[in-house]
Amino acid sequence: MIDARGFSCPMPVVMVQKEVKKSAPDQLEVLVDDPCAVENITRFANNNGYTAASRKTGDEEFALTLTKKA
Amino acid sequence: MEQEIKLTKLASCAGCGAKVGAGMLARLLDGLAVRADENLLVGFDKSDDAAVYRVSDKLALVQTVDFFPPIADDPFLFGQIAATNALSDVYAMGGEPRIALNLLCIPKSMPDSAVHDLLRGGYSKVYEAGAVIAGGHSILDDEPKYGLCVTGFVHPDKILTNAGAQPGDVLFLTKPLGAGILTTAAKAELCPPDVLDAVFARMTTLNKAARDAMVQFRVHACTDVTGFGLFGHALEMAQSSNVQLELDASALPIPPEALEYARMGILPEGMYRNRKYAEAFVSADDVPLEVQDALYDPQTSGGLLIAVDPADADALATELQKTVPDARRIGTVSELTGEKQIILR
Repeated sequence: MIDARGFSCPMPVVMVQKEVKKSAPDQLEVLVDDPCAVENITRFANNNGYTAASRKTGDEEFALTLTKKA
Repeated sequence: MEQEIKLTKLASCAGCGAKVGAGMLARLLDGLAVRADENLLVGFDKSDDAAVYRVSDKLALVQTVDFFPPIADDPFLFGQIAATNALSDVYAMGGEPRIALNLLCIPKSMPDSAVHDLLRGGYSKVYEAGAVIAGGHSILDDEPKYGLCVTGFVHPDKILTNAGAQPGDVLFLTKPLGAGILTTAAKAELCPPDVLDAVFARMTTLNKAARDAMVQFRVHACTDVTGFGLFGHALEMAQSSNVQLELDASALPIPPEALEYARMGILPEGMYRNRKYAEAFVSADDVPLEVQDALYDPQTSGGLLIAVDPADADALATELQKTVPDARRIGTVSELTGEKQIILR
């Protein structure tokens, strides 16, 4: 799980990228509080072998689930 | 020892990316009374770069104001970029800058030497443009911001707006794209120094040479590419001129690093804002998403987008090659056929 709340773009997507590079997880949960981060992480996932699903978890909070493509 | 200061850390958004979105701006201005004046030759009714007011049959004033939070850490560089960007609106109208006033917001924590360097950067570009700085206004603010109000001169018959593009015209862009993406990558310290230096070199290149080249030819429309990205500013030109712009994806000057970061999701918030505003009018389905991203990417102190009579296109290309080597022929203007006003293929 990556908690990127409190970080503004592009840091959240950079944190995700580092984690994917390091451990290539089958699934990765990411928490963000910047709508731009949702878009950027989704863009990263789609281009790097993952699918991304996001849901709103609060006023300005979102959770993303990245799943490795089969 | 002088205090090391990273200006971009003092701001929540950077450069022209801080611009209020086109959609929001339209909403905010809606319903405000617009007073007519027969000498106001260009007002804000056509989303142009600057206002133009006729003083006599031979002289019109071009007026513009532009300011934003730091896009570079170095104060001198930021001052240069902000000034180059502010002066650009006058060039985009075919004018020549003559007199400028500083607009400065500074936090109490910013060292005097940094403020001084910032202003020195601004002055250097205004002087390079052949204009003078005659004063300004400064206020205390939480985040630094800098820019200028610039007044230029143009002959009333030689004004270039974004509204004159005609079917058949050839389109030129005088600076490469990708600046917003690359400076976003730099925030995460991902952008190689030489790539970032090249971005800043372009941001501090006055559009004077491009303006001086284009005014020798039959240019029908011109605008500078800034916060709304190439697509946004091209759309303004297409809408104001009631034409369609056809852009050639393979001809667009996009640094490869910008495409790489776009694929990695290193994109500025303004890119998404610009996409949301313009995408209904853009047809780009066959072009990779990262290329589209670069065209929605907000530019700071970007180049001129020029629509020139096809008979003059080769001559303009030759002239630009001499003084603006980054300039590229990027497409053509055609009759408006459907609701898509920008076609990228």
